[in-house]
Amino acid sequence: MRPAHLERRLDEVIDSDVLQRVLAGAVSGGAEFAEVYAEDKRSTSAGLDDGRIEQVSSGRDRGAGIRVVAGDTTGFAYTSDLSETGLTVAASAAAAAARQGGGGARTIALTPSAPHRPNTIERDPDSVAKALKVELLERMNEAARSFGPEIVQVSAGYGDSRKQVLVANTDGVLSNDEIVRTLLRVSAVADGDTGMQTGYQSMGHTVGFEIFDEVDVEELAREAARQAITKLRARPAPSGSMPVVIKHGTGGVLFHEACGHGLEADHIQKDASVYAGKVGQQVASPLVTLIDDGTMPGEWGTLGFDDEGHITQRNVLIEDGILTDYMWDYLRARKDSRPQSGNGRRQSYQHLPMVRMTNTFVLDGPDDPDDIISSTPNGVYVAKLGGGSVNTASGDFVFGMTEAYLIENGEITEPLRDGNLIGNGPKVLQDIDMLGNDFAMGSPGTCGKDGQGVPVGDGQPTLRVKSLTVGGTA
Amino acid sequence: MSGFESELQAVADRVVEQAATGEQIEAFVARGGETEVRIYQGDVEHFVSAQSEGIGIRVIRDGRTGFAYAGTLDEDAIREVLAEARDNVQFGTVDEWAALAEPDGVAVTEQTLWNDELADYPTDRKIDLAKELEKLASGADPRVRVDDSNYADAYGESAVASTTGIRMSGRENGCYVSLSTLADEGDGDDAETQTGFGFSVGRSPDEFDLDRAAREAVDRATRLLGATQPASKRLTVVLDPYVTAQFIGVISSTLNGEAVVKGRSLFRDRIGETVASPLFTMVDDPTNPKAYTATDVDGEGLAARRNVLIEDGVLRQFVHNSYSARRAGTVSTGNATRGGFAGTPGVGCLALSLVPGTRTQEDLIADVDDGLLVQQMQGLHSGVNPISGDFSTGAAGLLISNGTVGAPVREITIASTLQRMLLDIVEIGGDLEWLPMRSAGMSLVIRDVTMSGS
Repeated sequence: MRPAHLERRLDEVIDSDVLQRVLAGAVSGGAEFAEVYAEDKRSTSAGLDDGRIEQVSSGRDRGAGIRVVAGDTTGFAYTSDLSETGLTVAASAAAAAARQGGGGARTIALTPSAPHRPNTIERDPDSVAKALKVELLERMNEAARSFGPEIVQVSAGYGDSRKQVLVANTDGVLSNDEIVRTLLRVSAVADGDTGMQTGYQSMGHTVGFEIFDEVDVEELAREAARQAITKLRARPAPSGSMPVVIKHGTGGVLFHEACGHGLEADHIQKDASVYAGKVGQQVASPLVTLIDDGTMPGEWGTLGFDDEGHITQRNVLIEDGILTDYMWDYLRARKDSRPQSGNGRRQSYQHLPMVRMTNTFVLDGPDDPDDIISSTPNGVYVAKLGGGSVNTASGDFVFGMTEAYLIENGEITEPLRDGNLIGNGPKVLQDIDMLGNDFAMGSPGTCGKDGQGVPVGDGQPTLRVKSLTVGGTA
Repeated sequence: MSGFESELQAVADRVVEQAATGEQIEAFVARGGETEVRIYQGDVEHFVSAQSEGIGIRVIRDGRTGFAYAGTLDEDAIREVLAEARDNVQFGTVDEWAALAEPDGVAVTEQTLWNDELADYPTDRKIDLAKELEKLASGADPRVRVDDSNYADAYGESAVASTTGIRMSGRENGCYVSLSTLADEGDGDDAETQTGFGFSVGRSPDEFDLDRAAREAVDRATRLLGATQPASKRLTVVLDPYVTAQFIGVISSTLNGEAVVKGRSLFRDRIGETVASPLFTMVDDPTNPKAYTATDVDGEGLAARRNVLIEDGVLRQFVHNSYSARRAGTVSTGNATRGGFAGTPGVGCLALSLVPGTRTQEDLIADVDDGLLVQQMQGLHSGVNPISGDFSTGAAGLLISNGTVGAPVREITIASTLQRMLLDIVEIGGDLEWLPMRSAGMSLVIRDVTMSGS
């Protein structure tokens, strides 16, 4: 075990003189912008399946990505060698890739950003004994299995990481950030006369091990078991368009897919989004105010600085149904001569940054959630959503329902088997006709775009879409 | 293999030599690099050129497993990885089946996985290929714009060694071009945009078919213009080869030996029984050089081999790595998968295909009275549950009426269960096509599927 406090911090491994020389070298061919993104990440994970702790894993990822921008061309190279030589070689490769002629010497003066730490870490997971992490999994396994004799299989996973990030660029930005993540997931399989069914729960926060003082891990496991057992008596989901009510804290992925991706400025600038050119227009029901906020303490998509060293912030994207702004990274903001919004993110030092969401959510509306159900004569109530995806150009999106019920005569009745829902983003946003006053954040998500996955959060109050296509068979 | 021994082999060997008595150690060492060029409107939007390397070490002692990895091959880091993996052992539960793979005497089928020409291919020509592809697609149809045009290549070199006598290294490279297109139609509130994609893959750029990649990207984007949402009904679906390949991939996850031994496969008790139409024979064969994912060894260093999983509709076998095989009381089928140095081997199919039929897609469609030609599936990861078998996915395509394709439709789902779909297969096309994924594709006709729309 390594004592975390004895380890060299990233800004001690690479000092600012080295950064200034590497950046100056990168733009000596005439490029207008260069950036060094360095990370050092330690991670621990443990997996339980079939009653056994299968293994505990430890990981170390360390390296730097160097980006050089000349005109509209970006050159990018990365290296796991953080010495001045390693960085210089990567910077030359990135500069060559940007292939800029001309020349000239520039002096780079870096100004360290004031620390911005939305998250408070009380117990660094690195300092917690692995035995305690493994014990969480055993407790969840026990809780899920003792929930009911129908539970035939349980798997559970624990993961934590501590990632130090250093970003420096030729505009003088020098930022340091440290992101701690703690994640727990559990899935249960129930077996019955109708075959097997599954249940899943997860929790993830950008805080330390102290989260387990608050989170009831047994309850998480019982919830997964309950979902699986409930679905044993599920009937096939209906087929066709109908009103759909989505429980609070489970449907943020709806907005992530229906409009979040379409509000990313890279899609907008290529006119590859249904929301291009619509700032100031009514794009959603007047009930809807949509926020992307990278500063929410402890949430899965929270960062002090984005992966371009820009401080994160709270951005209002849609206000009372009117489109107010898109999300921006360095390149897209530069092209439109406007400020960045703290949405430049990347999976790791091996990836180029692009416009990404952080924590995306809809604010409370006026309705009592019980009234939303009772005023729906017939439809589907979705208590848990799975993943989703969207085509930003056409606006068509799908998302899976992994726990759903029929609504009959204003009451929740029978459970339904899994299926997808499909809709068109702009139409669904207009079709939100009831919005609850019971806002909750959802489960941790991983958003995939262009081959890169980044952690994101989402949230919403209970809401109703007056018409969505339910992809069942009945 | 092929006389090539990676210098990484020595790195792996040195780790394994440190094993103590009673300790099994496996070291997997990899190094790789990539070039990626993206063109937008005639200019290079980005150019990525990079290398990475790393090591993963698995230690098993007294039935307990520990693992650690690092994305570097520094001597200090390797020492730390071995120490961490050893430290992690104590937290594992004793598992009587935990052990590393052992050489099984199955001969390796040699594959040509390395191409010198690609390794030496000049950068300028890589950029030119992506530019040419963009130009081909831009000029093809006035309604079509190119979102991005890409060239990418990658090489990888790896070595595995273990105390059980596995010692294997190899290298491979490959390249592809791809493009995304947008097709626009209508103005104002009627404005509509659809998307398409095209690609071509090869061991070297000489194997690319740029014309076809551009043509397919243009067709895919334009053929859905004007699509509407149809009313819900049950009908026969004809899956395009690309869609079939995704479908077969989902089916294969139910035949995964690890899912079987842990009771998560819906086919776990069905060996020897009819689970599919008698027309359906599914084979996993990474030794077929035509397969995009052809390989000579699996993720544990055992010879890759041909396995018939479902034959004439009868379930014959599951796929296994050495752990799932030991638990199932059988031997590895050479189906260990490994995502890289950062993880331990899993189980999976390596290069799937169906034994094709004889007829063209057009002929298959001619026999369908009321159907849907499915050209896209969306949300396979969210709407298909391979444990319960529930299948529901977003789709787009063309309606089929009396043997002829008609209007484009979108914002629909198609749904059934995996169990029923396999039995409801009416015909398999003869249009077999190897695609850049773990599965080949061909047209597939499945009856009695629910299409949900308005």
